[in-house]
Amino acid sequence: MANRHAVIEKNVGLLIVLILVAVSFGGLAEIVPLFWQKSTTEPMSTLRPYDALEMAGRDIYIREGCHVCHTQMVRPLRAETERFGPYSVAGEDVWEHPFLWGSKRTGPDLARVGLRPITEQWHREHLRDPRAVVPESNMPAYPWLQNTPVDWKHMERTLSVFKDIFGVPYSEQDVAEQMEKVNGEWADASEEDALVAYLLSLGQARKEVRE
Amino acid sequence: MQDAAAPPAYHYHVVRQFTVMTVVWGVVGMFVGVWIAAQLAWPALNFDLPWLSFGRLRPLHTNAVIFAFGGCALIGTSLYVVQRTCQTSLALPRLASFVFWGYQAVIVLAAVSLPLGFTSAKEYAELEWPIDILLALVWVAYAVVFFGTIAKRRTGHIYVANWFYGGFILAVALLHIVNSAAVPISLTKSYSAYAGAIDAMVQWWYGHNAVGFFLTAGFLGMMYYYVPIQAERPVYSYRLSIVHFWALIAVYMWAGPHHLHYSSLPDWAQSVGMVFSIVLLAPSWGGMINGVMTLSGAWHKLRDDPIIRFLIVALSFYGMSTFEGPLMSIKTVNALSHNTDWTIGHVHAGALGWVAMISIGALYVMTPRLFGRQRMYSVSWINVHFWLSTIGTVLYIAAMWVSGIMQGLMWRAVNDDGTLTYNFVQELVERQPFYIVRLLGGVVFLVGMLLMALNVYLTIRGTRDDAGEDNRLALAY
Repeated sequence: MANRHAVIEKNVGLLIVLILVAVSFGGLAEIVPLFWQKSTTEPMSTLRPYDALEMAGRDIYIREGCHVCHTQMVRPLRAETERFGPYSVAGEDVWEHPFLWGSKRTGPDLARVGLRPITEQWHREHLRDPRAVVPESNMPAYPWLQNTPVDWKHMERTLSVFKDIFGVPYSEQDVAEQMEKVNGEWADASEEDALVAYLLSLGQARKEVRE
Repeated sequence: MQDAAAPPAYHYHVVRQFTVMTVVWGVVGMFVGVWIAAQLAWPALNFDLPWLSFGRLRPLHTNAVIFAFGGCALIGTSLYVVQRTCQTSLALPRLASFVFWGYQAVIVLAAVSLPLGFTSAKEYAELEWPIDILLALVWVAYAVVFFGTIAKRRTGHIYVANWFYGGFILAVALLHIVNSAAVPISLTKSYSAYAGAIDAMVQWWYGHNAVGFFLTAGFLGMMYYYVPIQAERPVYSYRLSIVHFWALIAVYMWAGPHHLHYSSLPDWAQSVGMVFSIVLLAPSWGGMINGVMTLSGAWHKLRDDPIIRFLIVALSFYGMSTFEGPLMSIKTVNALSHNTDWTIGHVHAGALGWVAMISIGALYVMTPRLFGRQRMYSVSWINVHFWLSTIGTVLYIAAMWVSGIMQGLMWRAVNDDGTLTYNFVQELVERQPFYIVRLLGGVVFLVGMLLMALNVYLTIRGTRDDAGEDNRLALAY
C-alpha cells in the first residue's frame, strides 16, 4: 500500500484532485437532497410572510447578534415543549434567509416568544433595561433602539429580493401596500418598534398547536 | 558556497510577517474573549453601547482567534514548512506578499465591521459579502503560492505535513465559497442564498469543517513538521499518516449535522452525521498517536524542553477533545449538552488546548530560526508560559463542563406531577460562579500570551548572535 501511495506523493496535481474528490461526498450526500425534500421546502399552511416592520425588526435582531445567545429551535423533547411551546418544524423556516436557529442558550429560546403571555410593553421595558424586569438577567441593554428610527432605505429592494429571488409569496399588491405603510404610519417607527413587532411574530405559525 | 546539496535561499520575509501578526492577533483575540467572558458575569460591562455589546463582540472574538490568530499561524507556518520540506524557495513571492497584506486587510475589515453590526448571522462566517470576496481572492492566491512551491520542489516525495496543509487550503476554499453564497441588498447587507433547514445544513457543513480543516487538518500539518523537528525523531508511522489523512479528510465532511440534532433538519441527515462523527474518533486519534509516539525514545525531552511540552500537551488536548466531540455527537448525549456551556468548553479544549498550544510551540521553534537567533530570549519564560496555558485551559474547560452539565440537567428536570422543576432564571443564576472561574482561566491564558509577546519581541530585537541559520533544520527532512 505504502508503495502505491508514493505515486500520489510524487504528483501534486493528483494529490489536489484526490483531496477534492475525498472532501466532496459529504456535502453532496447531505445537502443536495434537501433541495428536493418536501419537509425542507414546503411552507406550513399557517405560515405568513413578514410584513415590512417585522422584516426590519429581523434585520435588527441579526445586527445586534440576538441569535448569538438565543436559539429559535424548540427540540421535540418533553422538557423543551413544556418550557417553550410547540417543537419547531422545517416548514416554518422555508422563507428564512438566513436561518436563525442559533447554537447557544445563554438566554431562553425565542421561537415561541410571540405566543407567550407577555405584553408589548414588557418587551420594550426589557429591551431598554433587562434587569428592571428580570433582576437576575445578564442580557445587555438596548436603550438606543427606542431613539433610533428604522432605516427604510433598502426595504423595497429587500421585499423584492424575497419575493422574486427567494420565492416568498408576496404579491405586487402586498409589496405596494407594505411600502405605503413604510412611507406612512411606519415612517417614523423606532428600531425598538420594529424589533418588538418581529419578536411578537415569532411562533404565530404554530399557534394552533398551542391552543 | 551554493552547490546542489546546499539548501536554497528561502523567502522568510512573509513568514516573519505572519509570525509577528500571529502573536499580535492572538493577544487581541484572547483579550476580546476575556472581555466578553466578563460581560456574561457582569452585564454592566456592555456599557449600553451598541459596538461594545456581547452580541456584536462575540463574533469578533471567534473570528479574531480562529481566523486572525489561527489563520496567521497556519499561513505563516505552512509557507515556512513548504519551503523547508520541498527544499526550494517560495513560488511567486510577490503574490505571497499580497496574501499577507490581503489577509491583514480582511482581519482589519472584520474588526471594524463586526462591532458596527454588519453580519450575515452565520456562525464563523459572519463577514459581509465584499469581505468574503476579498477573502476568497486572498485564499486562491495562497493556494497558488503553496501548491506552486510544491510543484517546484527539489525533493521526490511531498512530505506529509504538506498533504494536511494542502487539504486544509482546498477544503476551506470550497467551504467558504459555498457557504457564503448570498444575495446583496447593499454594500453592508446581504441575505443567505439558502433558506431554513437547508441554510442550517449548509452552515454546519461549513461550520464543522471550519473545525475539521481550519482547526484540525491545518494544525496537524503544523504538528507533522514541528514535532519531529523539535523531538529530532522521524514521524512514528508513515503508514498511519497515510491512512488517517485520507480517513480524516473524507469523514470530517459528513459530520456537520451533529450541530443540528433534534432540530427540524430531517432525521436521516442527523443520523448520518452522528454515525460519521463517531467514526471520526479513529482518524483523529490516528493523528494524536502518530504525533505523541514520534517522541518514542526521546521521552526525556518532555522533562528538559518546554517547547516539546507545549507540542505534546497540545496533542493530548487534541486527543481529549476528539474523544469528547464524538461523545457529544451521540444524540442522547447531545440532548443534554446542546445549547449549553459544555459546547463552549469543548470548543476551548480544542481552541486553547490544541490549536493555541501547538501554534505557540511551533512559534517558539520557528521564531529564533526566522530571525537568526540561536534560541528564544528566555527559555524559562517558555516554561512559565507552558504552565499558564495549561492551568488556564484546565480552569476554563472544567468550569464549562460543570456549568454545561448543570444547565442540561436543570433544563430537563421535572417534578412528579410533570411540571418543570426550575424556570430559566433559576438556572441562569447558578452559572455565575462558573462564569467567574472561566474568566479567571481566560485571564491566566492571556497573561501567558503577553509573556510570549514580550519574549518574541526581545528575541527579534536582541543582538544578532548567530549570523547563519541553523542548518540542522535543512537536513532534517
